[in-house]
Amino acid sequence: MAGYLARRLWMLVVVLLGVTVIVFGIIHAVPGDPAMVILGPLATKEDLAQLRSQLGLDDPLHIQYLQWLGRVLRGDLGRSIATSALVFPEVVDKFKATFILASAALVISTSFGVIAGVTSAVRPRSLVDQATMVLALLGVSMPVFWLGIMLMLLFSLRLGLLPATGMFSATGGGFRDLLAHLILPAFTLGAASMAIVARMTRSSMLEVLHQDYVRTARAKGLPGGTVVYRHALRNALIPIVTIVGVQLGYLLGGAVLTETVFTWPGIGTLMVKAIFARDFPMVQGAVLWVALIFALVNLVVDLAYGLLDPRIRYE
Amino acid sequence: MTYAAKRLVRRKSAVLGLGLVAAFGLVALLVPFLPLQEPNEIDTGNRLKPPLTSGHTLGTDEFGRDILSRLAWGSRPSLVAGVVSALLSMGVGVPLGLMAGYLRGPTDHLLMRAIDIVMAFPYILLAIALVAAFGPGIRNATLALSIVGVPLYARLTRGTVLSIREREYVDAARALGLWEVRIMWRHVLPNAFPPVIVATTLDIGFKIVATAGLSFLGLGVQPPTADWGSMLASGRNFVGLASHVATFPGLAILLVTLGFNLFGDGLRDTLDPTMRSW
Repeated sequence: MAGYLARRLWMLVVVLLGVTVIVFGIIHAVPGDPAMVILGPLATKEDLAQLRSQLGLDDPLHIQYLQWLGRVLRGDLGRSIATSALVFPEVVDKFKATFILASAALVISTSFGVIAGVTSAVRPRSLVDQATMVLALLGVSMPVFWLGIMLMLLFSLRLGLLPATGMFSATGGGFRDLLAHLILPAFTLGAASMAIVARMTRSSMLEVLHQDYVRTARAKGLPGGTVVYRHALRNALIPIVTIVGVQLGYLLGGAVLTETVFTWPGIGTLMVKAIFARDFPMVQGAVLWVALIFALVNLVVDLAYGLLDPRIRYE
Repeated sequence: MTYAAKRLVRRKSAVLGLGLVAAFGLVALLVPFLPLQEPNEIDTGNRLKPPLTSGHTLGTDEFGRDILSRLAWGSRPSLVAGVVSALLSMGVGVPLGLMAGYLRGPTDHLLMRAIDIVMAFPYILLAIALVAAFGPGIRNATLALSIVGVPLYARLTRGTVLSIREREYVDAARALGLWEVRIMWRHVLPNAFPPVIVATTLDIGFKIVATAGLSFLGLGVQPPTADWGSMLASGRNFVGLASHVATFPGLAILLVTLGFNLFGDGLRDTLDPTMRSW
């Protein structure tokens, strides 16, 4: 296990270095000089020259990258062009809201997805199975931003049961208020994941339910629930855990569309606003932070997978 | 008809999927000849009219533009962007995966680390960041989605090629003294292609949704050009007053993506029953 951990940590370092190269490259892919991007079209030649010198833009590209990387490692992601606020604390603060949303979506997608998948697998080709799989197919085909708008229309505007936008109400606060605001966006974000988890659970359970030891458990007269949940599901969990782990990363990145629909004040909303304000330090900081968290989540998933299935450690 | 094709047409869901895809494809192809209103014609006297209003089967949007016409014209950028970005991702990813899987060694390590780095970004986030850098527009959105889609094809092809390279016919080709490039191109790639075809079919549906997502954020097709994603974005602002403005573009995206997913699932079950999802 120590060797596996060391290999994965080394890969993480390589991947993160590559991520920094791409993120650094993104701002240099913007047409025009970064100094022109920062100061705008009305900047004078003297101001541009001064900023270029300040930012080290006169240096070779690899020197600029190393200087930027040094600042990033010290937690300095620069300042927002739009607000002059430091990028790092702003990104971390907004990320908390995205993390709450993504975590809630993961809980919803995993719990409903596993239950749906197990129910389908124990009654293959039944009406319940076919209905579940049709819903799962619709779930993966449906645009998440459209689902969010439709849910908002039904539950907020027509039935008035749940708030439509934001994370807290203007006068409210507290856990219950947060929960009320969280339900619709979390369900929206988790819908596609739920469908994927349901399909994977069904497929994995069907494979396990045909194994000899499950037949033995049934032949011994064990109750159906014990056979399914104690013997079958436990062994079906390995690919399900992998899928669920990967989903958290995708939920973190995919939250941008859901946050836009529900005006959820997360990192996705921050990024979209920064793009239209041409606030590239903020865009760069947001992308880098989410990529870092995504890479760490994937590492944790790989390590968990290695713990669950010893064969993986020795590959 | 080949055996695989016969098996495919016996699957009702695959035929339904193909039917949906063909229907939308025909609309996109023939829209200039269809008897529809001008998609960008503004009529402020007829703003937000409901469906089945005289002259407007699916109603009008906030500028009085006919929604049916905009849906039909909007199918073009959506389908073209989806197909082109999937094909571009395939065109770059498959050769990379082929080289990595067949040649192994340093080539494989280098290519796979590069793929790992691109995959370290959540898919849509990297596409958004690339569009932010290149500038909004359908061309840059298509390019960004093509780039972020390359790792899927590279990994898939590599995985398939790793097993194919150990087959006896590949050994025989080597023993005959054929060049490695010829072996990869003539013997390995054709046998590695079936899963790629399935992945491309499913990926087109995914890319259509992703393109609509970028347009929804204002990074894809720019107004006033008709596009499903941007129609949804503007429809969101009027969802309480006129829900049809947001409902119909979303339904269009759902149906075309469902079509590609049903057909792709059918293809997968036909070409490799062991890959069956259900």
